[in-house]
Amino acid sequence: MSENSAAAWQALTGRAGERAALLGTEGLPTRRVEAWHYTPLQSLNGIAWQVAPALDDAAVKQRIDGLNLPTHDGLLVFANGRFCKGLSHLPACMDVQEYGDGSAVQPLLAGRFSAGLNAALRQPGARLHVPVGKDAGLIVMVSLTEGNGVSTHLHHSITLDEGARLTLLDIQLGEGQYLTNPQMDVHCAANAHLSHVTKQVESREAARLAIVGACIGERGNYDSFTLNQGGVLARQEVVSQLSGSFSNTNVNAIQLVDGSRLNDLSSMIHHASPDCTSRQTVRTVLSENGQGVFQGKILVDQIAQKTDGYQMNQALLLSEKAQMNSKPELEIYADDVKCSHGATVGALDEDQLFYLRSRGVLEEQARDMLVQAFLLETVELVEHESLRDYLLKALPGHV
Amino acid sequence: MSDFLKIEGLKAQIDADGTSKEILKGLDLTIPKGEVHVIMGPNGSGKSTLSYVLAGREDYEVTGGSAHFKGQDLLELEPEERAALGVFLAFQSPVELPGVNNANFLRTAVNAVRKARGEEELDAVSFLKLAREETGRLSMSGEMLKRAVNVGFSGGEKKRNEVLQMRLLKPSLAILDETDSGLDIDALRIVADGVNSLRGPDFSSLVITHHQRLLDYIVPDRVHVMAHGRIIHSGGPEVATLLEKQGYKQFLEAAA
Repeated sequence: MSENSAAAWQALTGRAGERAALLGTEGLPTRRVEAWHYTPLQSLNGIAWQVAPALDDAAVKQRIDGLNLPTHDGLLVFANGRFCKGLSHLPACMDVQEYGDGSAVQPLLAGRFSAGLNAALRQPGARLHVPVGKDAGLIVMVSLTEGNGVSTHLHHSITLDEGARLTLLDIQLGEGQYLTNPQMDVHCAANAHLSHVTKQVESREAARLAIVGACIGERGNYDSFTLNQGGVLARQEVVSQLSGSFSNTNVNAIQLVDGSRLNDLSSMIHHASPDCTSRQTVRTVLSENGQGVFQGKILVDQIAQKTDGYQMNQALLLSEKAQMNSKPELEIYADDVKCSHGATVGALDEDQLFYLRSRGVLEEQARDMLVQAFLLETVELVEHESLRDYLLKALPGHV
Repeated sequence: MSDFLKIEGLKAQIDADGTSKEILKGLDLTIPKGEVHVIMGPNGSGKSTLSYVLAGREDYEVTGGSAHFKGQDLLELEPEERAALGVFLAFQSPVELPGVNNANFLRTAVNAVRKARGEEELDAVSFLKLAREETGRLSMSGEMLKRAVNVGFSGGEKKRNEVLQMRLLKPSLAILDETDSGLDIDALRIVADGVNSLRGPDFSSLVITHHQRLLDYIVPDRVHVMAHGRIIHSGGPEVATLLEKQGYKQFLEAAA
């Protein structure tokens, strides 16, 4: 296949060495692969992706100081795929385990290209563990990537023991034409609660293939929110498995797509136990030539009776050239379930715009107000108050 | 110069389903400074269209005539520029803005207009003080400031919210497009009080209504009868009384 001779493929398989088998033999996914139909990766083919060189701690610190982070209980910093120990600190109740040689694809993520790529080129990331009953508060994780033609493949693992709680603000940013491919494995034991907020503001030239696999125990909760805002091509993929009964997951997101960028939120919510709930609200705002993708699957196993699932994805097109591709999927094998889903795509409401302008509000500000209003409800789904405020400040035209 | 609002030979059409329909067919109307004028007319006579054209709604195409306010060509201005100049339209059906906080909306509007008029903008504290005074005056609960604009408001609450905006934006020309429709007596009074409280030498108003009822509370300087996209008769307050008793028939026949 021609993809196999591409510079990217040669470089990546070369770096993977004996793990190259984890990448498969097909090359980077093309439009012909269903999961990548709206987000084909051929544009990455021409670059021989190299290992990203280490960055200077002082320069990294400067970038972090400029982030105006909310008050936090711990900070983990990664720069160009390397842990910056000197810039990081954690609350006493948590431990960071040394990274082991876990190169297998997590079964939950089997067959997913982003996970295969990560497994083949894996770099040790955060391995966080919150012990039984502890509340670790708010931990901020910053992953910075800088450079051209380089790629990083951090692998993080977050484990919450029974009744443990953690709020994780996961910020990803950078500069240059790089590829970032982080994976996070999440394990929430019974009654554990992880609130995971991802703020993705990668470089506008960067490619991003991020994937999260979460396993949730009885009455546990994995509450995920993604602000998908950067990258020339950026997929946030979330696979959340409700493994214990009465567990809950939220997979919410906001995507802000401008220029000629593509932002993609792909998710799989797997109801594998009875009496679980899932909630998903994804709102995408597209301007200029932006392309948005939403692929959301809810899979309900036969055993998962009394499932309560809700999925809503809505897109606001601010330009005639912007494009939204939505693919909601329900696959239900149980007979006593409640699953609702809906999708809308539309422009700003002219009546609302005129109402604001007739009150003296300038057109541009009126548009910003309406865009903000469209996004607000979704941001409000983030429980943590200071995080919510932090996210609101990232929205267009905030006051 | 006493002509505050001067409309001459105004023609406007709306395009729907590929065909255009002329609604205003050469309308003349002059409102001097400090006067309150009323337009009454049967359904479909073009009353609402007139208010939208004056406020700058883009779905109407002006095909002829002119409209000047304070000597400026109103039709050349953007809706927000008209608001800054002093034009205010109280909507017949106020629009709901889910996710837009009412207090934020009001403050943004007030400050946009103040800025355009060369006045100092209000900070959050002074704005809130002002807004509380005004809501109290209109018997509105303070809760309405915290809610999303018009979302879940009753018909009466929406109209009060329009009057609140009018009071805060201090227009020099208030156009009320059937603001009285569907209101009970108490709400009607509040709307009328809103207009009356602004009355003065620098304030004019164009009140569009179906009913004589509102005119028990707002005493107009002039009453105009509108039909088929034109003003067909003008007179003093007695015209409204006549209309109430005899209907539009005699005016329509006289104009035919």
